[in-house]
Amino acid sequence: MVQVGKDLLATVGGLPAATSPIVVEASDVHKWFGHNEVLKGISLTVKRQEVLVVIGPSGSGKTTFIRCVNHLEKIQQGRIKVNGQLIGYREDANGKLVEDREKNIAMQRRDIGMVFQRFNLFPHKTALENVTEAPCQVRGIREDEAKTIGMGLLSRVGLAHKSDAFPAQLSGGQQQRVAIARALAMKPALMLFDEPTSALDPEMIGEVLEVMKELAREGMTMIVVSHEMGFAREVADRVVMMDDGQIIEDGTPEHFFTNPQHERTKTFLSKIL
Amino acid sequence: MAFVIAPMRTRLGRTLAGCLGLVLLLSGCAKSSYQYDWSIFFNSIFRPDGFILAGVWLTLSISVISQVIGIVLGIFGALGKTARLLPARWLANLYVWFFRGTPLLVQITFFFFGLSVTKIYTWPPINLFGLTIPGEIQAGIFALGVNEGAYMSEIVRAGILSIDPGQLEAAKSLGMTYARAMRRIVLPQAARVIVPPLGNEFNNMLKTTSLLVILGNVPELYVTFSRKNGSGPTSFHPFELFLAAAVWYLLLTTIWSIIQAFIERRLGRGTAGERPASIRERVFGLTRPDARTIGTITGGR
Repeated sequence: MVQVGKDLLATVGGLPAATSPIVVEASDVHKWFGHNEVLKGISLTVKRQEVLVVIGPSGSGKTTFIRCVNHLEKIQQGRIKVNGQLIGYREDANGKLVEDREKNIAMQRRDIGMVFQRFNLFPHKTALENVTEAPCQVRGIREDEAKTIGMGLLSRVGLAHKSDAFPAQLSGGQQQRVAIARALAMKPALMLFDEPTSALDPEMIGEVLEVMKELAREGMTMIVVSHEMGFAREVADRVVMMDDGQIIEDGTPEHFFTNPQHERTKTFLSKIL
Repeated sequence: MAFVIAPMRTRLGRTLAGCLGLVLLLSGCAKSSYQYDWSIFFNSIFRPDGFILAGVWLTLSISVISQVIGIVLGIFGALGKTARLLPARWLANLYVWFFRGTPLLVQITFFFFGLSVTKIYTWPPINLFGLTIPGEIQAGIFALGVNEGAYMSEIVRAGILSIDPGQLEAAKSLGMTYARAMRRIVLPQAARVIVPPLGNEFNNMLKTTSLLVILGNVPELYVTFSRKNGSGPTSFHPFELFLAAAVWYLLLTTIWSIIQAFIERRLGRGTAGERPASIRERVFGLTRPDARTIGTITGGR
């Protein structure tokens, strides 16, 4: 078992200062891929330090939704705000959504960490370089300072000895832990996890979940798309069930495990549990 | 199309006839009192005079500068072709379409004679670090570079397209702008895919400089040897002279292939190989070419 260090966030100076009690606020979000409506009016809020787990069958739009939260996907209707700020768009005089300037969108994404299903580490950079790249390039932090922070993060996720390894030399679980460290190095106010353990061999899932649990314990605000119900039961504050582009059930983990209301939720849970 | 389905016998006959013709031609040369002087060949290689060395130097300089221009234009061309902005795509497509689709010889002629005759630009000589660069060389470099840029655009574009879109997304999710993500993340990885075809291009470039012969005043390798064939004691020894020129070109391309192997090795950093192939193995083909040396990245293990 990988030893996950305490004080993951202390290495980057703790949680960012609170700007509002509500971190994510989505209201009536619609998205179409061509004629195919994949999000049919999603509304939800995520409070500061809350851990929200999104479950649902494939094609239900859960991945698309969290990709909208940092504007990797455009939306056609509705609003998504992070820390009170409209993400990716501004409203014109008539209240219509207009896509924001690229520079501003990049600025907003600095504070939203994202972990991908396929890790997406930069293969031409070492583990440490993966972690220091954005702080140096985007935040303008001095290289030696970024290295100190990067080594701190890598050792907290149990990979100090792999700092000079290239992604191709790491196992899937190790790569995903580097990816989490890479996102944390930007000192995000919110972390998005897009099926972080789905591409992993079963015995590597635990080490990644350990890191995520530690993050949750330290108060990181997180949206996690995952089918890891054990994780949901242990650390989630709230679970939402999506189906066919809609949220069909929203509640505490206990609610989902003991008393799911929706028929679709019941069949879905019976299949994955 | 009779010859397509010609029976074996006829094709064999054709080949034999061809060989016979070649033999007759060569013996005809011998009979026509052509005196081979192999000392010209060997001297041109092992004891090159100042003209030959200057020719080598000029060929190399023109090739390198033109190729660099080509790479820079190619990067812009590729970014233009993959841009979200429609006018950028139009411009890039127009550029590649035109310069790939018209003969280089015509482009060279146009850029020098066309522009100077019409007095649009007369290519005055430039003084650089005490070196006078005649207009012909400037125009030649310009034409070769712009032409090369069109081909490089497609090569760079292929390199960019070969990179997993997840790389750009990861870079963006960390707050990088498109330009920074391209420069820091996508292009460095694309370079690995770009270098082998770039090797082809530069190899071609080294030899294509000989097209500048039509400008008259560009004494690169080919022109130097043509001149030797037309004057002095080496007059009328085209076989020896041009064979020697070929050897010089071969030398340049060989050196380049070694340099290319070095570059590929350097860019191979981070690929899943246990041990990168050594330069000696690369150059002499001692290892079986492996997909990973040109940059396929495997996700996990």
